[in-house]
Amino acid sequence: MNFEIILHAGLATGTILLFAGIGEIFAERAGILNLGVEGMMLLGAMAGFSISLTTQNVWLGLVVAILAGGILSLAHGLVTIHFQADQVVSGLSLTFLGTGLALVFGKGLTGQTPPLIPSFDIPGLAAIPFIGPVFFANHSLLVYVGYFFAPLAWYYINRTRPGMHLRAVGEKPSAADTMGVNVYRLRYFYVFVGGCLAGLAGATISLAVSPGWYSDQTTSGQGWIAIGLVIFAQWNPLKAALGGYLFGALRRGILDLQGPALLFGLANPLYINSNFSFFLKMTPYILTILALVLGSRAAIKKRLGAPAALGVPYIRGERGL
Amino acid sequence: MNLPFTITFEKRVADIPKWLPAATSIGSVIVAFIVSGVILKMIGGEPLRVAKFFYEATFGSWATFSDTIVKATPLIMVGLACAVAFKMKLWNIGAEGQFYIGAFAASLVVLIPMVSPDSPKVVVIGLMIIMGMLGGAIWGFFPGYLKARFQVNEIITTLMLNYIAVLWNNFWIFDRWSDAGFQMTPAFEKSAWLPRVTDYAREYGTFIDGGGGLANFMTSIGLERISGMTLHLGVAFGLVAAVVMWWIFDRSRWGYEIKLIGDNPKAARYAGLNITRNIVLVMMVSGALAGLAGMSEITGVVHRLQERISPGYGFTGIIVAWLAKLNPFAVIIVAILFGALIVAGREIQPSGLSQLLQGIILFMVISSDVLLRYKVRLVRAQAAVEAA
Repeated sequence: MNFEIILHAGLATGTILLFAGIGEIFAERAGILNLGVEGMMLLGAMAGFSISLTTQNVWLGLVVAILAGGILSLAHGLVTIHFQADQVVSGLSLTFLGTGLALVFGKGLTGQTPPLIPSFDIPGLAAIPFIGPVFFANHSLLVYVGYFFAPLAWYYINRTRPGMHLRAVGEKPSAADTMGVNVYRLRYFYVFVGGCLAGLAGATISLAVSPGWYSDQTTSGQGWIAIGLVIFAQWNPLKAALGGYLFGALRRGILDLQGPALLFGLANPLYINSNFSFFLKMTPYILTILALVLGSRAAIKKRLGAPAALGVPYIRGERGL
Repeated sequence: MNLPFTITFEKRVADIPKWLPAATSIGSVIVAFIVSGVILKMIGGEPLRVAKFFYEATFGSWATFSDTIVKATPLIMVGLACAVAFKMKLWNIGAEGQFYIGAFAASLVVLIPMVSPDSPKVVVIGLMIIMGMLGGAIWGFFPGYLKARFQVNEIITTLMLNYIAVLWNNFWIFDRWSDAGFQMTPAFEKSAWLPRVTDYAREYGTFIDGGGGLANFMTSIGLERISGMTLHLGVAFGLVAAVVMWWIFDRSRWGYEIKLIGDNPKAARYAGLNITRNIVLVMMVSGALAGLAGMSEITGVVHRLQERISPGYGFTGIIVAWLAKLNPFAVIIVAILFGALIVAGREIQPSGLSQLLQGIILFMVISSDVLLRYKVRLVRAQAAVEAA
């Protein structure tokens, strides 16, 4: 077990949750709960992988992955914003739809090797002891993008005018409407942004962090973990990023427990019987539940909470939020 | 855009006509099939041939219809499980995990063993039913308790518990109960098998061979042979469960409380209803139904605990419940349709197609709900301008 390696891997896999989680934060801050993250991620992962393979151009693959997630999310937007359907059920059906599309179109992609998003060292910074190898060495470009992305998203939401409109639409759409903000258009836009970021998260898996197409095992529930992370992070992009990295590191650290024959001077049961790893594989899901319990307790105590209009359709000219 | 007409939405003021919800459900399934056909065409398939194959593989003969009902059986129970939770606006999407834990708990009866394998079938099966429902109920208890006590989002917890349940089962079938290294337990003794139609083939086969009125009737409807028909007693569990659920929803005080809490939690609280307790209780009932489905699947179909006993029944159950508008009897009908989808889906290529179709159906259903809330009208453009 090497601390450096665990943190390095944590940053890499955490980037997946970072993109997906921040995407969901954008949608939810606008008042639209989108439970289709898993489906959008899977579709993005498949689309990016497939396009990168057929065109041999990874950048085109990346763009298509982002658009695939975004376009799929518009189905959710239409159904929830215009048809005022239940957001939970619509999000679930988006997961079915995205998974189905990804499996149908992803047939025969397993085992292929498309060009991937490059990994590289940051010159200079990579030489700093400990910090260099963890943060600035041998990471995919997308991981470096992630470093900037979370603070930028935070700044955008909390410190800019469009960000204020975004929050208004999610907290009190009728007031936003009165002020001349187009509630419907903004909600569509941020649902789309959320979908694009979910697609990017998918491509982060299939083209960068753990390259490959393993049908629905590619995401293995990370879209759902990202939704849990949003609640844990209390709709704050910075906390979502930290949570994502922490989660990635814990996950890797726990998997590394299988390696050594001796653990803390005792015989390692995981080394003796590999079937115990089934319990190890449960840990991300158990951690998510624990994180939710902690997050919910803190939210109750501090009276923090979800955006007030989250999940509530806005109907112009009717009484409501 | 200068269309000769505009579409207007008028809020419905009067009550919805009784036939409309059913009509929108049926309409949305038809539209979903058409959309899927177009997608299939796009990727180079032949929609009409697939449709014909679909029909023949599912409703074409008594034998295939029996297969369809076998797949519909767990869906009825899982659909009811989702319906009861959804009535209270509790989003239990953990029926898949509750199904697995139900199957696990039921197999404990045989694998520990809790009773001698020579015990009468009634005892073994009866105990397995209790254990299966208990297992599912426990798996439903955790998210229910967390929701009631700490307001933890049940969507995420139930989903996470799905993954945990599958891994938990895998540990036991790969490690402790593995049958000679295979990823399954040894087959159960016959005393733990639910009776199947084919088991009676010999008895009634001779009866039909002997001729007579019944034999003539059976032959005339094409049912001269029942050997090989895998239909099992589990479907009766599903039907009984549907009746019980109907009674709870429509006839009992508790059902009324559930609906009230779901529709208007504030009013329910003022009325003095114990919401915390009802959340836990409903999640446990929901889990128990899903657990029963798991029990029925391993005792009626596979006769052992193994990997992948569910091709996503728990998730399909969500769609079944929603498409049935949470009506227990409609759940049975919708479950048969989706049972057919699963039967045909096993052989239709590419493999994600039935999942895709499910997603489209669900989308169409929730979109069509707008028709229940609004009257959609085409108005001549001129008239619309004058009205405005």
